[in-house]
Amino acid sequence: MSSVPADLRFMKSHEWARLEDDGTITIGISDHAQQALGDLVFAEVPEQGRRVAAGEACAVVESVKAASDVYSPVGGEIVASNADLGGQPELINQDPYGAGWLMRIRPDDKSQFAALLDAAAYEAALAAETH
Amino acid sequence: MPFIPHTADDVRDMLAAIGAPGTEALFDEIPAELRCGELKGIPPATSEMQIGRLMAERAAQDGRPLNFIGAGAYEHHVPSAVWALVSRGEFYSAYTPYQAEASQGTLQLLYEYQSMMASLTGMDASNASLYDGATALGEACLMAVRAHRKSKSARILLPVALNPRYRDVAKAVAGNQRLAFELLGYDDRGGHTPAADLERYRGEDITALVIQQPNFFGTLEDVDELTDRAHEMGMLVIAVVNPVSLALLKPPGEWGARGADIVCGEGQPLGVPLSSGGPYFGFMTTRMEHIRQMPGRIIGRTVDLDGKPGYTLTLQAREQHIRRSKATSNICTNQGLLVTAATIHMSLLGARGLAQVAATCMERSAALVDALAKIPGVRVAFDRPRFHEALLVLDRPVRGVLDALAARGIVGGFDATADYPALGNVLLVCATETRTPEDIDTYARALREIMCGTAAASAA
Repeated sequence: MSSVPADLRFMKSHEWARLEDDGTITIGISDHAQQALGDLVFAEVPEQGRRVAAGEACAVVESVKAASDVYSPVGGEIVASNADLGGQPELINQDPYGAGWLMRIRPDDKSQFAALLDAAAYEAALAAETH
Repeated sequence: MPFIPHTADDVRDMLAAIGAPGTEALFDEIPAELRCGELKGIPPATSEMQIGRLMAERAAQDGRPLNFIGAGAYEHHVPSAVWALVSRGEFYSAYTPYQAEASQGTLQLLYEYQSMMASLTGMDASNASLYDGATALGEACLMAVRAHRKSKSARILLPVALNPRYRDVAKAVAGNQRLAFELLGYDDRGGHTPAADLERYRGEDITALVIQQPNFFGTLEDVDELTDRAHEMGMLVIAVVNPVSLALLKPPGEWGARGADIVCGEGQPLGVPLSSGGPYFGFMTTRMEHIRQMPGRIIGRTVDLDGKPGYTLTLQAREQHIRRSKATSNICTNQGLLVTAATIHMSLLGARGLAQVAATCMERSAALVDALAKIPGVRVAFDRPRFHEALLVLDRPVRGVLDALAARGIVGGFDATADYPALGNVLLVCATETRTPEDIDTYARALREIMCGTAAASAA
């Protein structure tokens, strides 16, 4: 079973989002997503300063099996992206909710974060997907 | 002997198994009005003997003219072994096989080809080829826009001294994908693209500069200065090169302080006959940091479970069977058969052989230009160093002169007047290693007679 931390919000497309103390939102892909993709070999993260809309494809994760777009859960400005993934994309497999984060965004509208799935709703979505 | 493996019995059994009354019934879901019906323009079947005769007659119409035309496709000697080997059944398939890894020999050959091209251009990695040189440039421009993530403008600078057909094709391939092409002029005396002209773009967002070496006029560009200045101004550099010239000239990977970012060009001079304009193949190489933005197939070397070396398609997430509409390209094709010829050609010539070809081309074209420039009414357009082509300015329309030469069995060059009207009556001439001193003398004597009017009757 994949882990779904209770303090995070999620999208049905398997991104997670965490509201940080400074008001920014950190984004990555869920444990379920990294398991489904298999060994990650490459991650393309957005450059700092780029503006993205909620639901916009702004990163790509590539595994030995597939390449998938990552959608931003909220609209705003990219304030940081995880440079470590350049040399170590496997961080996403090893620690999807920690060292394997993809990008950090300063949201334009915090209510978009509140509208994301909570852990229970995401788990329900995962359960529905496997049936 | 049947060339189609299914016998009438096989076909009947297969149709019976799926319950279809006949082969035609397999197409019944296509509305009748969309079917083309009988092809009335196709003549009735003919025998191999008749076709052979027809083709021989058509080929004879081309004659065997003495050729001094280049302009993007070049007549080189191709050792007989090249096409004898390419025609073997194991190679004689135009595409990468769809069960790619089942064809280790084909993959190894493509891998060797990639290694040779990367080495020749001084870059880290090569793809398994593209459709032709001009479309390779179109793909390189699209690739530069993807690779240069800081640049948002998608503005690409093309020299006027770039092959005009390449300019047309790059616009056709990439022009509808929000790319904006802008032209950079050439120096009136040298025929090169002055690096100082880049200054008017200082402070602007330009994605990439295209540099052709040698350029369409045959002139050598200041590649180091152009590359350094473009990089300093935040542009990527796309090199368009003649692979034969690289045996003598500095490879694009060593241009300026950092080298070019993407290299592309026409592979025809490496073992592919002129054959009325194609098929040829395009090549593309790049540095490792941009490899995921490169279109086309890439073959990698790996080891199997037992540790034995093997070859495989790699980095396929760039490609359309995985990334669909977000693939690096949806129209690139590789030219497996021609790449096979090029790989064998390069193997037979070796680095020294290729350098000899390049040096002989330079020597013969210099001799040609010397001989022609002595003729009244003929002068050389530009004074900078050249590789194996030169632009000549004539005192009269080029068309009539070329017709008069053609009447003597000489293809005298490419009439560039329509492409460069500001330069007057301009003729682009080329001599490769296949043109002997006697050939050059034949051309010079014929042109002298035509220009001095001693052959006025035959020219008219």
